[in-house]
This record gives sequence, C-alpha cells and structure tokens, in this order.
Amino acid sequence: MNHGTIHSSQASSTPGSSVVARPRPSFSGTTVDKVAIEERVGALAKRSIKKQAKVAGLKLTTSMIDLTTLEGKDTPGKVRALCAKARRPLASDPSIPACAAICVYPNMVPVAKEALAGSGVHIASVATAFPSGQSPLDIKLDDVRRAVDFGADEIDMVIDRGAMLSGDYAKVFDEIAATKEACGPAHLKVILETGELGTYDLVRRASEIGIAAGGDFIKTSTGKVQPAATPAVTLVMLECIRDHYLATGKKIGMKPAGGVRTAKQALHYLVIVKETLGDAWLTPDLFRFGASALLNDVLMQLEKERTGNYAASDDFSKE
Amino acid sequence: MTRLSITKAYKMYVGGAFVRSESGRYFQVSANDKSATGADPETVNIPLGSRKDARDAVLAAKNAFDGWSARTAFNRGQILYRLAEMLESRRDELTASLQRAGLSAKDAEAEVGASVDRAIFYAGFCDKLTALLSSYNPVPGPHFDFSVPDPMGVIAVVAPAKPALLGLVSTILPIIAAGNTVVAIASKDDPRTAVLFCECLATSDLPGGVINVLTGDAKEIAPHLAKHREVAGIDAWTEDAELRAKLEAEGSDSVKRVTTHGTPVDLKWYDAADPQVGQGLGFLERFLETKTIWHPVGV
Amino acid sequence: MDSANPFHASTGTAVPANATNGTSHGASVASGTSPGKPALDFGAAWEYAPAPEARDHVKIDPRYELFIGGKWQAPASGSYFPTINPSDESQLSEVAEANEADVDKAVKAARHAYEKTWSKMPGAERAKYIFRIARAMQEKARELAIVETLDGGKPIKESRDVDVPLASAHFFYHAGWADKLHYAFQGRKARPLGVAGQIIPWNFPLLMAAWKIAPALACGNTVVLKPAETTPLTALLLAKICQEAELPDGVVNIVTGAGKTGAALAGHGDVDKVAFTGSTGVGKRIQRAIAGSKKRLTLELGGKAANIVFADAPLDQAVEGVINGIYFNQGHVCCAGSRLLIEESVHDVFVAKLKDRLRTMRLGDPLDKNTDIGAINSRMQLDRIKELVASGEEEGLDRFSAPCELPSKGFWFPPTFFTGVAQTSRIAREEIFGPVLSILTFRTPDEAVEKANNTMYGLSAGVWTDKGAKIFWMAQKLRAGVIWGNTFNKLDPSSPFGGYKESGFGREGGRQGLASYVELDG
Repeated sequence: MNHGTIHSSQASSTPGSSVVARPRPSFSGTTVDKVAIEERVGALAKRSIKKQAKVAGLKLTTSMIDLTTLEGKDTPGKVRALCAKARRPLASDPSIPACAAICVYPNMVPVAKEALAGSGVHIASVATAFPSGQSPLDIKLDDVRRAVDFGADEIDMVIDRGAMLSGDYAKVFDEIAATKEACGPAHLKVILETGELGTYDLVRRASEIGIAAGGDFIKTSTGKVQPAATPAVTLVMLECIRDHYLATGKKIGMKPAGGVRTAKQALHYLVIVKETLGDAWLTPDLFRFGASALLNDVLMQLEKERTGNYAASDDFSKE
Repeated sequence: MTRLSITKAYKMYVGGAFVRSESGRYFQVSANDKSATGADPETVNIPLGSRKDARDAVLAAKNAFDGWSARTAFNRGQILYRLAEMLESRRDELTASLQRAGLSAKDAEAEVGASVDRAIFYAGFCDKLTALLSSYNPVPGPHFDFSVPDPMGVIAVVAPAKPALLGLVSTILPIIAAGNTVVAIASKDDPRTAVLFCECLATSDLPGGVINVLTGDAKEIAPHLAKHREVAGIDAWTEDAELRAKLEAEGSDSVKRVTTHGTPVDLKWYDAADPQVGQGLGFLERFLETKTIWHPVGV
Repeated sequence: MDSANPFHASTGTAVPANATNGTSHGASVASGTSPGKPALDFGAAWEYAPAPEARDHVKIDPRYELFIGGKWQAPASGSYFPTINPSDESQLSEVAEANEADVDKAVKAARHAYEKTWSKMPGAERAKYIFRIARAMQEKARELAIVETLDGGKPIKESRDVDVPLASAHFFYHAGWADKLHYAFQGRKARPLGVAGQIIPWNFPLLMAAWKIAPALACGNTVVLKPAETTPLTALLLAKICQEAELPDGVVNIVTGAGKTGAALAGHGDVDKVAFTGSTGVGKRIQRAIAGSKKRLTLELGGKAANIVFADAPLDQAVEGVINGIYFNQGHVCCAGSRLLIEESVHDVFVAKLKDRLRTMRLGDPLDKNTDIGAINSRMQLDRIKELVASGEEEGLDRFSAPCELPSKGFWFPPTFFTGVAQTSRIAREEIFGPVLSILTFRTPDEAVEKANNTMYGLSAGVWTDKGAKIFWMAQKLRAGVIWGNTFNKLDPSSPFGGYKESGFGREGGRQGLASYVELDG
C-alpha cells in the first residue's frame, strides 16, 4: 500500500496564509480502476425506477437541489426569481418540497437572504476566488468571511488544483483548513474540480484531503469546467466518504455539480448513493445536486407521473 | 591378436541419468546386420521398463517442467540446436546402429540426416510458434485481450516402431520445443538407437528430466502413463488399435489430451521436397493450451 | 516549499501496512456487527418499486416437438417431459423426449444435409445464412431474453444484457469466418469434420447453443444439438429462427431430452465430432465412451477458479469483481470465481466490504429488472448447493449469507460466503455451481499461485493488483485457460475460452476456437 502522510503546516510559504494546527491524517493509498468503476455505475444506471419509487425519488431530488446561478450577468432580479422557484418549485403542487439551497456569488447573497427569509432554504455562496482559486489565500479567506457576513449558510470553496497536480498536498490541505476556520458557523463544501484532476486516483486523494482538512461536504465541480460531475467520479467520492465514516463515525456530505440535467440522471445518482452509503445519506443534509436545468426536468417528470401525460417545457417557469 | 572390445550396458534415460529398470527385467535385441555390431556383441540386453519406471520418469519430467517451460524460447532453441550438433557429430554411430537394426546403409544415412534436420527445424521453431499461435482479440469495450500458447506439462509419447530414430525425434522434439517435458517409450524394434540418441541428449545442454526415454513394451507401460494423473497428454503412434482405444479410455479419468495415430508402415516421415511431411505446426500445437488474458484499459 | 515545513508532500513515503495512525482502507471494522461501531444501513428509506419486464407479447407453445431435417417432428419415443419456471415451479411447456431412434433420425438428417448441401456450399453463402441467424436473434432479443429468464431462472438484466447479445454476437463473429478459413491456419488446409453432436448445459442455454452451433456451421459442419432438459426452450426458439432464416433442412437439428438422449447422441456411430459443455464427471464419461471411435472431442467442463486479491488492488472495484465473479447467474458459471484468495493483510477490510455489498443485493422475481439474484435452476441443483453448504457448516466454517427474503415457491439460495476456509475443505475443492464463495488467505504471490493452481480444474482465474508487473507474473504462473486481470467473467466471441487440466480441452471463440471444428493437413 502506498501510504503517504499529510502534515499540518506550521509555517506555510503560501502568501497570506494563517497558521493552522490540524490533526495529521494519512493517505489511504487507495487506487481506483477506471474501467471497473465505470462498469459499476453503468450497472447501477440500469436500475429501473418506476411509479412510486420514481415519484419519491424525484421529490427527494428536488429537496436536494442547490439551485444555482453563477453568471457574470446575474442580477438581483434574476436571483429573486430563482429564490421564488427554490421556495416553491411548482405552485400547482404543494407536495413538491422546496430546494435545499440557492447557490450564488457573494455579491448576490444579500439579495438571496432577503428573498429567502423564513423559507428554510439555505444560501450557499461560492467563494475563494471561484472558479479558478488562483488568488492569494488572504484574499480568498476574505472572500469567504464576507460571504458569511452577507448571510451565507454554506460556502462552496475551490481547492488549489495547481497545488494538487504539482503534488503540494500540504498547501491544498492548509487552504481548506484555513477556509474552514474562516467559515465560522457556515458549512463548508470543498470543490475538487474533478474535471481538472485527470485521474480517479487523484480524485480519491483530493477527497481524502478535503475531508481531513475539515470539509463538511465534498463537491465535484464548479460547473465551469468539462467534464463536471459524472456518476463514476461521484462514486469515487462516495466511497471515500463511506470509508471515512466507517473509520471515524463522521458523516461527510456529497455534492455532484454541473452536468446533472435530467430527472433520469438524478435518479441514477440517488441509486448510487442508496447502494453505496445507504439510507443515512438519502437526505439533503448529506447529499446535494448543484444544478440549474435539472429542476424543470424533474418537475416535468413529476407532472407526467401525476397526470399520466407528457408536459410541454413551457408548462414550467424559466428563470 | 584381435582386441576384445568393451561392451556397453544399454540403459534407459530418466531425469538426466542412465538407469536400469527397477524391475531388473530386460529383453534382448539381436543385430540384423552382423557387420554393424561395432563394439557390441550380436545380442544386447535392454531394460524392460516397468510401471514404476514410468512413475519415476513422470516425476522427473514433472520436476523438470517448471524450469524448462520458464526458459526463454531463444534458450530452448539454442539447446535444440546443440542437440542437432551432437547428433551430427555422432552420425556414423547412429547410422551404424540403424543398419544394425536392419536398415540399408543408404536408408540409415538418410534417416540420420533427416533426424538432424528435424532437430534444426524445431530448434528454429521455438521462438516462432508463439507468434504464429497467439492473437490479439478485438473484444468490444475497454479491454486489452490476448491469447498465447502455453505448454501443458508432462506429455507421454509412444514413439513409432519405425522409423526408430526419426520417429522418436519427430514426435518428441515439437513437444519439448514448446516447453513441455516428455516421457517417451522408444521403439521396441530398435531401442538401441534410442539409447544412443539419449546419449546425444545427455551432452546437449538439455536439462535432465526434460526428455525421459523408457525402453520396453508400450502395451505394458503406456496404459499406466494414461492413468497417471500427472500426465497431461499422450501422443501414441501405434498400429495396435486396442492399445490406442485403451489409452483413450484410461486417459478420460484425468481428462487427458490423448491423440492416437495408426502408423501404417508406409507412413512417410521425411521428404526433402515437401517440408510438410513429418513436421510442422500441427505437431507443435497438439500439446499447447491457449491462455487468454484480459485486462482493462483506462487511466 | 520550506524544508522546515513538515507539510511536504510525501506520496512516495511508505508507511508500514500496520501503521496505526492511518485511515488505511477506512473500513477496518466490520460494519453492522458490533454495536457502537459505525455501520451502513441499507434499509427502506427509498425502496424501488417492482419493475417486471412485460411478458404478455411472448408466446410459449404448450408443447414442442423435435426439430429434425428442418421440420418439427413428434418423437418416436412418444413421450414428453415438462419444463418449468424455477422461480415459481409453474409449468411453461412440455417438450419431446428424443430416444435413440429420434437421435438416429436427426444424425441422418444432419449427414444428408452435410453431404448434399452444406459442405458443398461456398463459404460466402454459408456466411450469409449465419449472418441471417444473428440478425434474427437481435430482432427477437427481447423475446429470447424473457424466455431464457422464465425457463432458467436467471435475472432478466443478465439474459437481456449478456446472454442474448453475446449469443447473437457469436453468430455474427463466426459468420465472417466461413469464407476466410484459409487465412486462419497459416498455410494449412482446413476441412470440415462432418456431423457434430453437441450437448450443452442449463446455465447459459441460448449462449451455449450459439457457442456450439456458430463455429460448427462456419467451418462447414452440420449439427445435432441437445439442450439441457431443464432449459430447452430458447434452443427451440433458435430452431425456429433457423427455419425462418431458411437455413437448409438438416443443417441444424435440435433433439430435446435428458442424459440418455445425450449419451445416444455422443455414442452415435455416424457422428464425427462430439462437443460437450457440462460437468467434469459427465465429460469424463463421454471421453471414455467414445474411446477408440475416431470421433473428435472437445470438452468444456467444470472449474474452481481462484479470484486473487492483493492488498495493493483497487479494493472497491475488486469487491465488484468478486461479486460479479461468484454471484453472476447465481454462481451457475463454470468459470465462476468460487475461491477468493485474499492477501491476509486486507482480509478483514475486504470481508467487511463484501458483507456491505451483499446487503445491497436484490434477490427475487427473475423478470424484475432490478433483480440481481434469480432462482436456482432446478431442485436438484438447489439440493447440491445445500448439501455443500451444510458440509462447510459442519466443518465449522464461518458462514455469511445476504439477508434476503426467499420467495416461498421456487428454488432459491441467498448469496453466501464462508471465511476461514482451508484448501482441504470440500467447499474449496468441489465445484458448487451456486452462489457460494469460499474465502481463503495468502501471504505472498508465490503462495497465491500455489493455492490457485492447487486444484484439478484450470478454467479461469482472476488477479487484482495495481501493479502491472505483478499481473503479468501471475498470468504466466496461473494454470488456467482464461486469466482476468482486474476484471472477471468477461466473455467475447473473438476471445478464445476453454480450460486446462480437468476443466476440459479445446477452445471456443476466436481463431483458435475454429480448430475444434476442422481437420487440418500438416
């Protein structure tokens, strides 16, 4: 086994870094076989989800969505409309739950806070020089603190993929740990940007670092890089979460983001969660979808199950 | 005064050593051509191999298998070539021995020459057969899939009664060329030449136990080899239809690969004009398994 | 980076496997076994609804005759036997029982077809008939899959995704050989053998029929095929496909029946070639029975494959490989990975993972698209599995079975494994042919090879390791016809399949497989 140890930094060379003392976890040395893991998710994709299982799965999906807009052209108007949709995805069917959260840039957090007041829908803000993360650490931490000050309940940070790829795992670890501290009460989701990591082995290692450094969730992607979330990369991360849970008893959450567009895909992800981590993770507390287009397809499928007829896309609001 | 010659005790070749039958039994072979007796008397004693001799030979062959099959094909080719050199250097002696058993000088010379050439043929085949018998298999999906020939283990050979030397050489060399080891029962008509051949083996760098040659009665010994569970295959060249059927039946208990051939006396074993005669891929392939290996392709 | 920084990336730093500070393969505790330890809960928070494959468009005749000389013929025996659905014991149909006279009639029809048409037909024309059969199988894929599942008890997802597509692929693959045989044997001339008598088992009824018929036809032989008595239906549907493809009469004949019918076929004096897939015991009897007959023989028999998992393997994928290796088709697979050899240092972790994985397996209605474990093929086979499992329990071995609820009717056995198994245990030596895995440990690669090869069988083996050189070393040392490195139970018509030692001889598939159906000069 190829064990390596990440040591906590006392004097990181990263500009602007703060000093953090963390426990010293080790790598498990776990490797991932690409073909076999893709076969596994391929087999799980063949689960046939029908009737009441489909309705239940799609409602669960809705409750797990971090309804997302991360555009340069985002405006308060757009964000308010999105918030309305997150609170009540389909006005005609109150049995459909609210989304888990809205996911926006820091500048939009105050708008969302106002629009979601009293709804229970969380506010997630990307931070840490999203999406590239290529800024000095103190700026990234400031980004986090401000988002939290604005009212974000959840921070979606990006890891330093350059550090990850150049083998500077210590830096990756330190930055996550520092970000976690900066979050204060807010939950931290650690975006690995798996599409830039190149191999499942490195995704596994990044997941271990993200968890060890204090992430409450690990998340696949920013949505700005292709490929974004895939079932296989999600399974790699879920297996890491499972191993961590079995070793420590601590449950870490998972968020595939980007690329999940259809109800069918979402159900496939739920199947993967159900058969890898079991019942405990089938909750928005531990599993989220980062998505924008997904919600309308889910609603369309739910309407079809309710009425027996196929809906038109204009039957649902477009934000 | 003529000098009285020293006579040679003829022994079987097992595990790289020359041995008498553990049974103490022998049979006698007399010279057909009295002018070709050389240093030997007209009649010589040959060990009459027993069931236990067969067992010892199988054990020797089994013990030699891992080492022999693990050698590089190039190295096996070198050793077979060395064998050809040894045969060539003892051509006169081998020719005289065949004459002693009744062949004309011309036929005996031709048979020895053909035997040497056959050894060369298989010496050069050792590192070719894998290329000829392997395949890359274009399976759908992300897998690398290939098949290679792999030796079976210990193969028993009932060598043809005639031609005594060329028949033995032609049947056992393709089997060992591919990495198997052999227990052969030599022609009962002319076991003496087979023993001379073994003396060539002993000086050819061939590891002990790769080729083991028993003398005696195939009808007595071969069924024990057919029943022996360590023997993976049998190649029997005998006109005795009853023996052939018996070997096929007894081999079934261990799912042995049994190939039997009637050997009509006019069966041709060598034809300078037709290289297909008496040699070829078919002889090699008979006692090779195909091993298929799959592996995923992906990062 | 500052050299004083203890944070140096140390990917290459080896830490002893027993290091206590690590989260090495985190699941170092058996989940769900001791209270207080973290355990996964595979419960009912989100249940899958039943998803049965619709079968209303599939019509099974109440009775099937013998398919001889291109016609459906009542058996001379006058007798029929029922074929049942092993998942509920209901009768699906009844089929004719061929006796010696029927077999003789079929062999005569095959001989006639061989001499009059098939051996004289140009390879390119033969190819087109075989292509037609392949296409028709694709067109009828759903029907074939449903009938396969009904008759044999295997999960529909397997018959749909594996058996039927692979069966069709075998015809496609071999069709293309029919006019290229002169390329296949390096300058040697290939002649067909004549009439092939083919006897196939019940675990992959249609697929085995394809494995047998397709290469035989491509090489210019005609066939008489006997399907297994518990699973005759898809072979009979294949006969119908041959008819609809306008295959010349007598080229393919199907005779149904049990062991006696098979013995009559193998023993028939005018059969040139016998091909048998089934148990080693029956294979030996056939080999003995045809001794001295000049018939050519190929045997594809039993196995007791080792699936070898090294500590450096991608363990979660190895778990999947082990699961697939032994529980695919309820373990009714000759090449099943029925012995898990696990490196001792990861034994506990791996067994814990296997237990969790077994808890997610779904046993039940074979027609349900979410079923992982279907019905055991017959009561006889179920009894054999139970007997061997009982022997493991009597030996005091530690048994774990998936907590599946077994249906009240039909033949069922939950996915099961035994730990602490020794090489001497019956369940480590005898082929169980059921969903039962024996787990053994090893310490070094040499020991793994020795244990893996320590069996009279030699059909297949699996090796799981992240180290390429180790895979090849193992692949060289293992005495088995198919070696799966970091995968298991992969089959393809282009890939030669067959055993060493008592797993049989001859290959099926690939260029090498053609040799089983031709006579070569030189």
